[in-house]
Amino acid sequence: MTGNGAQASLLRASRVKKWEPVFWLLAFAVPVVMPSEALIVNEIAIVALFAVSLDLVLGYSGIVSLGHAAFFGLGAYTAALFCKHVSPDPHMGLLVSMGAAAVLGFAASFTVLRGSDLTRLMVTLGLALILLELANKFDDITGGTDGIQGLVFSPVLGKFEFDLAGRVASYYSLAVLLALFIIARRIVHSPFGATLEAIRDNRLRAMAIGIPVHARLIAVYTIAAAMAGAAGALFTQTSGFSSLDVFEFHRSADLMLMLVVGGTGWLYGGVVGAIVFKLLQDFLSSQTPQYWSFWLGLFLVVLVLVGRDRLLKPWTWFKR
Amino acid sequence: MGDFLRVDGLSAGYGEAVVLEGVSLSLGEGQTLALLGRNGTGKTTLINTLAGATRMHAGTIALAGQPLHTLPSYMRAAAGIGWVPQERNIFKSLTVEENLTAVARPGRWDVKRVYEMFPRLAERKGNLGTQLSGGEQQMLAVARALVVNPKLLLLDEPLEGLAPIIVSELLKTIERITREEGLAAIIVEQHPEAILRISHRAVVLDRGMVVHSSSADKLLDSPVLLSKLLGVAR
Amino acid sequence: MSGITKDIVLSAQGLVKRFGGIVATNNVTLDLRRGARHALIGPNGAGKTTLVNLLTGVLAPTSGRIVLEGEDITRLAPHKRVQRGMVRTFQISQLFASMTPLETLALVVSQHRGLGANLWQPLGARADVVQRCEELLRQFHLVEAMDVRTEHLAYGKRRLLEIAIALACEPRVLLLDEPVAGVPAGEREELLQTVAALPADVSVLLIEHDMDLVFSFADRMTVLVNGGVLVEGTPDEIARNDEVKAVYLGHDAGNEVAHG
Repeated sequence: MTGNGAQASLLRASRVKKWEPVFWLLAFAVPVVMPSEALIVNEIAIVALFAVSLDLVLGYSGIVSLGHAAFFGLGAYTAALFCKHVSPDPHMGLLVSMGAAAVLGFAASFTVLRGSDLTRLMVTLGLALILLELANKFDDITGGTDGIQGLVFSPVLGKFEFDLAGRVASYYSLAVLLALFIIARRIVHSPFGATLEAIRDNRLRAMAIGIPVHARLIAVYTIAAAMAGAAGALFTQTSGFSSLDVFEFHRSADLMLMLVVGGTGWLYGGVVGAIVFKLLQDFLSSQTPQYWSFWLGLFLVVLVLVGRDRLLKPWTWFKR
Repeated sequence: MGDFLRVDGLSAGYGEAVVLEGVSLSLGEGQTLALLGRNGTGKTTLINTLAGATRMHAGTIALAGQPLHTLPSYMRAAAGIGWVPQERNIFKSLTVEENLTAVARPGRWDVKRVYEMFPRLAERKGNLGTQLSGGEQQMLAVARALVVNPKLLLLDEPLEGLAPIIVSELLKTIERITREEGLAAIIVEQHPEAILRISHRAVVLDRGMVVHSSSADKLLDSPVLLSKLLGVAR
Repeated sequence: MSGITKDIVLSAQGLVKRFGGIVATNNVTLDLRRGARHALIGPNGAGKTTLVNLLTGVLAPTSGRIVLEGEDITRLAPHKRVQRGMVRTFQISQLFASMTPLETLALVVSQHRGLGANLWQPLGARADVVQRCEELLRQFHLVEAMDVRTEHLAYGKRRLLEIAIALACEPRVLLLDEPVAGVPAGEREELLQTVAALPADVSVLLIEHDMDLVFSFADRMTVLVNGGVLVEGTPDEIARNDEVKAVYLGHDAGNEVAHG
């Protein structure tokens, strides 16, 4: 009860669970064991990082956003322009892209501090649309609808060249995902993370216990933007091009759907959601190229009606 | 007297958890029952089950001879249940007047009479629920239960947060309407003496079961027994 | 207004709050002495909670000043007032639904001790923080419920957690808004004793309707009616005041004050 009980209880949440290393080992094993799937592993890793960054803001801090693609896109274009005009070194490019996205995140955070959920949805959506239009307009820099193509990046860690099969790409993305995931994990289990959850659960009380709400939200929004920017940079660096598509609404929307599937507020929700969503999308579109979104939609409706926990236990579906 | 309210072998709880077990009690017309017990013993669960907000696992509830437990929650008001829940639950986006007229049913208690009982509410009749103070919300919750013209009033800590002068008014009113209009009432309160004084019967719960059932006077007359049952040093 | 200079730790001076045409707070002046056990009573809707909202900065006054330990805090942000030692509780429990009492207290204690911006260490890493949490859990009978999500806690336990949170902030000025509402009879006395037993330099302003408790707790009382101060004085003076009886206490008891 007392003594070690309380401390153990608190630390339980931050302790690494037994299945976690297994999960990551399996993830890293896939491109070796199933080389033909390396490309999709890369895609999943990138979008999982993107989803985790949104979970920090949405799941842990309670800030709804339909425009997270703004940071993804800025990261993507920064990586492209950095490679084209400065240096093909992917690592520097990654850091610079994260920095650019962080700056945008910092600036944009002031727009989501106040207001209701509805205003936040509109404001975040608006920002992504603005960036999309700006990218479109300044087409001499961004390449407009054609985008920036044919980018060639230096080998990862100076040794591993990006291959056509995507093996190096998938490991690069997985490594970045894991590194940033570990950082995110520490953040959410820290006192800072607890203050975010407090702000999400009851902003009034959070203020009443001395939490500087605005400062904390600005901080997490900036961090999340940096991570989303990293995902965008990975996208450019592993595909060799960047186009207006990176700012598209469907990216922000799909991200929300992934968190619906995987669950918010537990970080792995973004990863699991990304895996399920991408695999489902891949599978369905290969089965029914025309109607795959119908089946995806049906899956989501059933998921929401039945509830994530019960979905895996079909015998509970009709019990009241 | 007759059994106006009759509860037999009631078991209820939340989800799989069983909070109440085998609870039986009866109440005659025009009688008030003081429902007492330490915290967490199931008093609110019992009120909520009678109101239909909590699922019943087993047992029966009959009001004026009619089975009540088969009715869904939203039909119990029509059946004669007036419920003042512990958390008040007034309609926050409606005004005081709207809160009352939304649920009013024909009978001796109309909106006008309720305003006479709570002049403060009359002063605030155009205010939204959110613009009321805590105590005013409490008053509104009680008023709203009255305006339903119930046969059975279920009051879960109705005196909480009310100014002393309102408390004595309210107690007098409850006593009067149960006597004059044959209303039955079950009251859960933290301070047993105030309620026992206006009650006819008393039931004490412990860990979801009835451990004492007698006339209210009997408990009032034996403070030793009362403190033993409630664990209250008074 | 006393002519004797006492050590005034919190002072509300001519506070006015208007909402459109309604005057919720009408020129209220209230001085809280250091170590005070000061009760604020009045009819429902008199503006007691509004006054606390003004003092804590949740609401901005239409006019008037608030001075805390000699510093004018009228324009100071709410969280900064808490950092300067002014802590309040809420009439309707304001808790963190998804967190357990243990997590909640760990959060509050960490924040109070300046660890709130720590991004790296796990929440339960500091032994001194955990120890303080255990103390509070014991003090407020929350040990058994320490791992239960707040949204699943029984009502009475929620009220206790509500107060525990405030004490975890190590307040110098404590504003309690109907703290015992919903707390079982056996624990009310104990709860207020815990508050009364706070160090002598902690100043407490208490809003309550339970007159037995108020009269045993307070050494000074202010009566608020329709947003303005009706009278201020010692509990004896207030209990005998005819106006107060007429609008608030009722005439039931006579010598003994009617219980709330």
